Amino acid sequence: MSTGPVGLVREVGGYALFFGRLVVEVPRALLRPGLVIQQVYNAGALSLVIIMLSGLFVGMVLGLQGFDLLQRFGSEESLGTAAALGLVKELGPVVTALLFAGRAGTALASEIGLMRATDQLAAMEMMAVDPVRRVVVPRFLGGVISMPLLAAIFSMIGIFGAQLVGVQMMGVDPGQFWSQMRGAVEQADVMEGVIKSVVFGLSCSAIAVYEGFHAAPTAEGVGRATTRTVVLSSVMVLLLDYMLTAVML
Amino acid sequence: MRSNKAMEIGTGLFVLLGFAALFFLVTQITSREVGFGERSYRIGAAFEQVGGLKPGAPVSMSGVTVGRVESIGYDFDAYQAEVVLRIESRYDRIPDDSDAAIYTAGLLGGQYVGIGPGGSETFLQDGDRIEFTQSAIVLENLISKFLFSKAEEAGTEEME
Repeated sequence: MSTGPVGLVREVGGYALFFGRLVVEVPRALLRPGLVIQQVYNAGALSLVIIMLSGLFVGMVLGLQGFDLLQRFGSEESLGTAAALGLVKELGPVVTALLFAGRAGTALASEIGLMRATDQLAAMEMMAVDPVRRVVVPRFLGGVISMPLLAAIFSMIGIFGAQLVGVQMMGVDPGQFWSQMRGAVEQADVMEGVIKSVVFGLSCSAIAVYEGFHAAPTAEGVGRATTRTVVLSSVMVLLLDYMLTAVML
Repeated sequence: MRSNKAMEIGTGLFVLLGFAALFFLVTQITSREVGFGERSYRIGAAFEQVGGLKPGAPVSMSGVTVGRVESIGYDFDAYQAEVVLRIESRYDRIPDDSDAAIYTAGLLGGQYVGIGPGGSETFLQDGDRIEFTQSAIVLENLISKFLFSKAEEAGTEEME
């Protein structure tokens, strides 16, 4: 792999072409939903526990920090609003995407990379089976479908976590907590979070399958592909998050 | 490979839970807005000063939200801000001599339009205008007025 500016441009070009190929293959992959469902299980259902646990603790810490901050202004009733907006628009999609990159992205990259290293992909080509269609696209789709659902679950659990700390422990009035939240949060805010998580799902899944598919066919190559997946996904998620927030705010 | 049945159940549970969470977010933590599907009518009002009023801000009568601010523009003929209010159709008996004022919810809260009912027997209809309006209070103006009046008082005392 060449380095320097030329290598970078080549890398970006490779990503663009690969992404285009994924998108073109998506309709055909949907004709075999069994493969996609299996990947929704791998990327989504198996990530549920870590997402729910993280959501609960992020929500609880939001409740604690938010209460402390809002109490200084004498407006701790706004805790519900602050927690819900923070979770739905920002923390839900972003933290879910970061966890997804660590939990599902690495699994995807190493799985595909290992298939490359053990010549399974080459064997498929020999049998006239397109490995992109059979292996890569279902995994990509599984990630894309799972991400918004995971982010929604994360936000919901987080709101209950904030409610647990704010209302049960700190004594914020539960009526105020929910009614102020309902008064201030709009459906556009929820949509913003959903749009973000869809974009993150596309980028994280594309990065994971690209890195796995283009891994050097060695143990070291698979390891490097896994690392690059996490690093690239995290940076992309944070960068895209800023841009999306700036556009939609 | 994992047993197919367990996988399908797991996936099904995950997808159902995901959609339940989305449904929860959309319905339980947001307020119902005056949507486009809901029947509503528009009335206009000109204000000298709208302050921090934003489209989407509530329009209320006696504290009950009856509609939303649809748009805020500037009218170069009258040199005033032109505000369009979208009122839900079920609140169709607002007298045509009612007044509209811009208030602030709480000390630091958002601004909203309050309508005070008049005594007329005819009611506002789509496209009508509210003639009597009261501008938003700009805090800076209030403070400077207060300070100037204090300075004036001090000045007159010195002269005496």
